[in-house]
Amino acid sequence: MRYLPLTSDDRAGMLAKIGVDQIDALFADIPSNKLLHHLPKLPLHKGEIEVERLMGRMSSRNVSASSVPFFVGAGAYKHHIPATVDHLIQRSEFLTSYTPYQPEIAQGTLQYLFEFQTQVAALTGMDVANASMYDGSTGCGEAVLMAHRITKRSKAVLSGGLHPHYVDVVQTLSKMAQAECVALAPDGMAHEDILSQIDNTVSCVVVQTPDFFGNLRDLHAIADKCHANGALLIAVFTEVMSLALITPPGEMGADIVVGEGQSIGNALNFGGPYVGLFATKSQYVRQMPGRLCGETVDADGTRGFVLTLSTREQHIRRDKATSNICTNSGLCTLAFTIHMSLLGQVGLKRVAEINHANAVKLANQLSAIKGVSVLNKSFFNEFAVRLPGNAAHIVEQLAARQIMAGVPVSRLLPHAGLDDVLLVANTEVNRDEDRQAFVDALKEII
Amino acid sequence: MLNRQGRPTIPGDALLSDHPTFTGNKALSQIEPLIFETGRLETTGVDYEAPKPFTSRLGGLERKSEIGLPGLSEPEAMRHYVRLSQKNYGIDTGLFPLGSCTMKHNPRLNEKIARMPGFSDVHPLQPLSSVQGALEVMHTLSHWLMELTGMDAVALSPKAGAHGELCGMMAIKAAIAAKGEAVTRKIVLVPDSAHGTNPATAALIHFIVKPVPVRDDGTVDPSVVASLAGPETAAIMLTNPNTCGLFEKDVVAIADVIHAAGGYFYADGANFNAIVGKARPGDLGVDAMHINLHKTFSTPHGGGGPGAGPVVLSQRLAPFAPVPFVRHTDDGFELVESEAEAAKHGADAFGRMTAFHGQMGMYVRALSYMFSHGADGLRQASEDAVLNANYIRACLADLMSLPYGNRPCMHEVLFDDAWLKDTGVTTLDFAKAMIDEGYHPMTVYFPLVVHGAMLIEPTESESRASLDLFIATLRDLAMAVKRGETERFTGAPYHAPVRRMDETRAARSPILKYTPPQPIMQAAE
Amino acid sequence: MGETKYTKDHEYIRLEAGIALIGISDYAQSQLGDVVFVELPKLGKALAKGDEAAIVESVKAASEVYAPVSGEVVEVNAALEAQPGTINEDPEGSGWFMKIKLSDPSEVTGLMNEADYKAYLAAIH
Repeated sequence: MRYLPLTSDDRAGMLAKIGVDQIDALFADIPSNKLLHHLPKLPLHKGEIEVERLMGRMSSRNVSASSVPFFVGAGAYKHHIPATVDHLIQRSEFLTSYTPYQPEIAQGTLQYLFEFQTQVAALTGMDVANASMYDGSTGCGEAVLMAHRITKRSKAVLSGGLHPHYVDVVQTLSKMAQAECVALAPDGMAHEDILSQIDNTVSCVVVQTPDFFGNLRDLHAIADKCHANGALLIAVFTEVMSLALITPPGEMGADIVVGEGQSIGNALNFGGPYVGLFATKSQYVRQMPGRLCGETVDADGTRGFVLTLSTREQHIRRDKATSNICTNSGLCTLAFTIHMSLLGQVGLKRVAEINHANAVKLANQLSAIKGVSVLNKSFFNEFAVRLPGNAAHIVEQLAARQIMAGVPVSRLLPHAGLDDVLLVANTEVNRDEDRQAFVDALKEII
Repeated sequence: MLNRQGRPTIPGDALLSDHPTFTGNKALSQIEPLIFETGRLETTGVDYEAPKPFTSRLGGLERKSEIGLPGLSEPEAMRHYVRLSQKNYGIDTGLFPLGSCTMKHNPRLNEKIARMPGFSDVHPLQPLSSVQGALEVMHTLSHWLMELTGMDAVALSPKAGAHGELCGMMAIKAAIAAKGEAVTRKIVLVPDSAHGTNPATAALIHFIVKPVPVRDDGTVDPSVVASLAGPETAAIMLTNPNTCGLFEKDVVAIADVIHAAGGYFYADGANFNAIVGKARPGDLGVDAMHINLHKTFSTPHGGGGPGAGPVVLSQRLAPFAPVPFVRHTDDGFELVESEAEAAKHGADAFGRMTAFHGQMGMYVRALSYMFSHGADGLRQASEDAVLNANYIRACLADLMSLPYGNRPCMHEVLFDDAWLKDTGVTTLDFAKAMIDEGYHPMTVYFPLVVHGAMLIEPTESESRASLDLFIATLRDLAMAVKRGETERFTGAPYHAPVRRMDETRAARSPILKYTPPQPIMQAAE
Repeated sequence: MGETKYTKDHEYIRLEAGIALIGISDYAQSQLGDVVFVELPKLGKALAKGDEAAIVESVKAASEVYAPVSGEVVEVNAALEAQPGTINEDPEGSGWFMKIKLSDPSEVTGLMNEADYKAYLAAIH
């Protein structure tokens, strides 16, 4: 078997050295009536040809984003990833290395984490960022728990523009952690009154911008009212590229900024693995969950990097830890930082401009169709469209014509009375012909 | 015409330390500055055309501040990250004996398959009709995990091992609440030897953690559990094989005690690599167990992630599994994405662990690995893992101390620092000297139940020759300790890209991002 | 200056006019390693004997400091925030943690004097 180097001679020799005559002698602590004597009821080993065939058959039953006009977003976005990124993350020393607990032989990992933390802090406009969370949604849950620890209150207010999956994750965590969670009704036009929900029983207010429907939110007034009441503002984003063009949450008074970094460096991968970005103010750094990389010097005075402030974490504090988190997003974090280094602020801004320009083009084209209206006043690369019919049905009909038209809101909010609303995303990969195909097909259907 | 000009071909004996370099580099070992020191703010390594003028719809919220991040051209980026990579040790570099981490070979076939466009270039919210293959992968992986563990259901969505622990404990908490015992059943028993994530997870969801002392042979005593268990017991969290590398031989009795008290048995599956195809957690009384796909099932560690921590569940806990989950019907595969929809199928999902559906990229890799090994290969892998660990034990037992005696271990062998007493060399020093020999150190100072722990897990991926060299190296190091050559250890590592780091300074004065140096002010004359 | 007394958890107290000066012993700081951070209690906090009064962090470890006596926190050593290393350099002098106004002076009698503490340290080694 190609992954197992030992030969039967090796095994026999090693058993002799150990002093037992057969391998099951080393499994003697397993109760004899529980030790398996037959193989599991699963197929036997296969060579590469067969494995590729089996997996390839399943892969070919999926429609890939690059193969059709593609407008699906709602929290994960189809962007172009430069060839350099995927090539570099496959280098052995990145792919097969471990968490940098022995810094002397992990300076590669530690240095890119330091660079990553710097990039995330700059993008979000905050003082300090950690070395990544699993994804935006779990990061959001951790941010709420962090706010509860800091304020010593346990009530979170969630904007109606927060991604429904994020709401569900926070509600699940809150219920289990015996904390209160007030989730405002989904709000496609950003009309909700969050300010009236803020008082001195509230630990944090969670607002997403651009929100689930694509609306851009000004957080200043919310931040001010939070601070006046001793509460924290947690700003969330699901499309990190938006930070290149819109005022970052750190400049609008946010105390914690958390979001999804997938758009930079990471493929869609049917929902994971992704990379959670988490940043906060200096004064809260000891309450921040997750790994942190810091700069120091070695015994010769050479600059180097280490994991630091570890006493917040589970392996030391155990039941008093800030979180139970152990891994970060490793290779996805690396992919983000490589892509961001290639982009630089000039490249990121340029890509973001193209995203916005493409979205504006399509919004104008769709608004011109009779019966179709764009709900948003403002948006970045995604907006909500009201259709003259059931959005999910229309999406299925368009899919039959090889067009992935977007996400019907009813898929994530089945009982919000928004069955005629469709979320449409436009990135730098969409061409004029894609948009035209979408518009033409939609006109035919409705 | 012959070349008559010869050159010396035997190296001279000039000392290394007498020959520093201008760059500070040592041939292939290169110093690499930060991108903020080499990149330029106006540089970008991508080619995009500016869009034609258009009316912005940003609603007055345009970013006015500069981001402040430099870019690199493609050649510069390539060189930067290649140079960084060369400072890292990986499984592909050499034996990586990190106990509890299962640093086995990461097959490259998995990487090729994960990059098939039908897997990597698929959005989680596409119409289900366009992702039937993805759902089939999830369904097939679930089947393999249930068959290997003897359990009845799988929650695939947790993003890492610790996240899986949280999922399993949340399912237990939901099951307890469904019985109306939420207020009375709040205690979770956790052995002292447990990984820190166990008590951290329990405390996160407001269970009260009660420690269970381990007995002198390193295992948990069912009578001790019986004395601690009662109507207020929600669960026990047990790692099996445990963190000392030993199979909990009384696991069935422990499960019986907990179940009799009305509690649940959570198993930490970090060490599952020892028993795949040899024993099934479901047969041992387990109610929930997370599996680390990045340990047992070869998905890459990637410098710290991404992981994946699916949780297998018993019949008692299956109804509480979180959304989303896959259903196989006559019409194909369905995805149940909301608690309300789950209820329609008779389930009582406790909620949702993450946005979207989980770590699909890792499912594809794990499934490719499972197909490659098959039932026979998976069992052989576990047997080889256990054989390799015991071989190391047998070959080092005369020089290093085994806290639980020289008896068979499972896939990892635990030494302590008793043999280092009064030598002036600590477990940490010994580990750093291993770095100079070309090895990543084993896990040190874990588990906490022994002093100066050294936990060695070779995995099944090592050849006998590789093991023999590793053993010979540790023997040489151990003999050097006994000869009193302490400086070889206390000053190690000498040959790594950097020497030992000042971790005190990093924690006392944290510098967590790059800030450009301030321009030096000219003093007024 | 009153006599220094020690607890089994390696805290010390020094009494002066009903106020107890509290810190961790030299043995405790050597076990922890370089201290990087101390979480001190708020002024005015009421502590019962055995309550968690502070948390000391080194790079690799975190340790609770328990109140050796009951009372109210009347002063904390703010200098430790910027210079946590003082705890390593001078644990029983300038590395003190807090001052507690005793609510029950009789609690002091159960604690070890310096000689008994030295014997206790020798026994646990």
